[in-house]
Amino acid sequence: MSILLNNSPILILALPLFAAFLIPLISRINKKTVGIFAVLILAISLLFTVLLAVKVITVGPQVYVFGAKSSALTLPTGLKIPIRIMFQVDAMGIFMGLITAMVSFLGAVYSLAFIKKPEGMDKFYSLLLLLTVGMFGMEFTGDLFNFFVFLEIASIASVALIAYRGIDLGEPAEAGFKYMIVSSISALVVLFAIGIFYGEYDVLNIAAIASMIKYSQMDKIALALLLPVLAMKSGAVPMHMWTPDAYSEAPAPITMILVAASQASLYALFRIVFSLYNVNSNTLAAGWIIIIFGVLSMFIGVTMAIVQKDIKRLMAYHAVSQTGYMLLGVGVGLAVLSNPIALKEYGITALEGGIFHIMNHAMYKGLLFLTAGALFFRTGTRNLNKMGGLAHSMKYTTIFFIIGAAAIAGLPPFNGFASKLLIYESVYKFNPLLSIIAMVVSILTLASFVKVFHSAFLGPKLPRFNEVQEVPQSMVFSMAILSCVIIFFGLFPNLIVKNLVHPAVMALVEQVKYTGTVLGGM
Amino acid sequence: MIGLLETGSGFWSAIIWVITVLVIGYVVIYIRNKGEDSYKKDSEQVKPFISGNPEGSKEGSHLSASHIYWGFTEALKGYYKPLIKMHTGNINDYSSWIVTVTVIVLIIIGVS
Repeated sequence: MSILLNNSPILILALPLFAAFLIPLISRINKKTVGIFAVLILAISLLFTVLLAVKVITVGPQVYVFGAKSSALTLPTGLKIPIRIMFQVDAMGIFMGLITAMVSFLGAVYSLAFIKKPEGMDKFYSLLLLLTVGMFGMEFTGDLFNFFVFLEIASIASVALIAYRGIDLGEPAEAGFKYMIVSSISALVVLFAIGIFYGEYDVLNIAAIASMIKYSQMDKIALALLLPVLAMKSGAVPMHMWTPDAYSEAPAPITMILVAASQASLYALFRIVFSLYNVNSNTLAAGWIIIIFGVLSMFIGVTMAIVQKDIKRLMAYHAVSQTGYMLLGVGVGLAVLSNPIALKEYGITALEGGIFHIMNHAMYKGLLFLTAGALFFRTGTRNLNKMGGLAHSMKYTTIFFIIGAAAIAGLPPFNGFASKLLIYESVYKFNPLLSIIAMVVSILTLASFVKVFHSAFLGPKLPRFNEVQEVPQSMVFSMAILSCVIIFFGLFPNLIVKNLVHPAVMALVEQVKYTGTVLGGM
Repeated sequence: MIGLLETGSGFWSAIIWVITVLVIGYVVIYIRNKGEDSYKKDSEQVKPFISGNPEGSKEGSHLSASHIYWGFTEALKGYYKPLIKMHTGNINDYSSWIVTVTVIVLIIIGVS
């Protein structure tokens, strides 16, 4: 058992990676088992992630080395640096890993009933597993080029999954194509920035670069390139336009995983500004850039959501809006990073709010997309104008939707309230106007979900939906688990903040600890 | 177990909130039950009052999503018109936004 636990950082990735290539073979024998196989693999991956999380929180960051064991070992001899890659799983990395593991597992369970076509089912689950591998890799790696590779794996898998419903439909293929273009742009820019670091410091390890970084003109260029493209991948306004296209056209369980994938990019953004640059850069300027992205995303996201008629597009704009809260909280934390008094007084709390919101958002937005998927599964439409009275026949889905909607609107006692409260109160001390905007956005979010609730669920039972029933058990199971997590996080936010969020925030803020963990073992 | 979440300016406890809501809810229901019980289930009382007009079909009376917040969007036409125009759905525009924002960030980071 200890061997398995010691190798858990790689097993969490290797299992789904191996399974992704095994699935087409299994499908040749029995098409129906591929879904169950994928669920099983992701369940094991989830188990390892939980065990690794316990280890990281109780023991400390885990460094896993591939290639040369010692930093002095260079083969062939004469090379300046050894051939090796490191996974560095600290509290922030495993925090994101838990989200990925949970969302991927529940997405696969939901897909068991949701994906009905046997044709292409093997490809669907292979791609789902590859997307999960990409996300885990982005979150665990301590190497910049390795990060780029995993970013590409996640992006390519995402493109195919967005277009999964078929090129004959037009829209899914178009959405996939658009995502491919924006992902390619971001990947090229990320690669260019990595090239700058490699040219300047001769290393690719994040901790090694962080220990040497001078914030030269080239470092400034690298930061200015990485900031917008990673913000774009996370869906920040005004580079958010791919989000409604991709989120609405992808199958619902994939949309839920795509939300977590965009959060992996957000994680990368935070890793860059905190673990790589930290106080060596102008944190006030970088912080304000992130805050402006956040405010624009919050406000434009929610106001665009209000006018949508397609339920998934509406929810996609809300995903943009909620990303704004994360950017706002973390942006304030970054802006005061060089000011120890402000950091202690409200900066850490703002960071806790922003980071806690990442997990909360993954849960309630995932749930909401699954409820939208359930409505589409039974009614065959995403158009809210054509829906109505579905609470009569889809009682579980209605309850899950209410829980998700209340959580996203920040109503107590659900989880969204706890993280938003941390953001409101801390950001108010930094700049009251920002906090007020965040509160107004919450009210508009509630208004928007009241519209969805009224138009889809309330009203008399419509004759065209007489045959509509509740969705199959596997779909109800996924939504029920997410609802339970939302309620638990809402009732006991202190437990989550103390044991998961605060250590994650400190892992970001304390750059010396991050570099020391790796350089001590290099 | 009460789970106090420190917010920097105070605290939050969902458990205390839930207990408070339950207590207030109980008091409200208690007061309501003390009132006059004149409600009759299968009578005219259950029909909606539409200013004396006859009730239309149930299906026809459902308000669709496009009609909700019509006043809000109409009043904010000046805000929504350019905003919706900005969302062209054209990938060239998506790419332009990325380039534009990158240039702005480059300038800000470069001079700061």
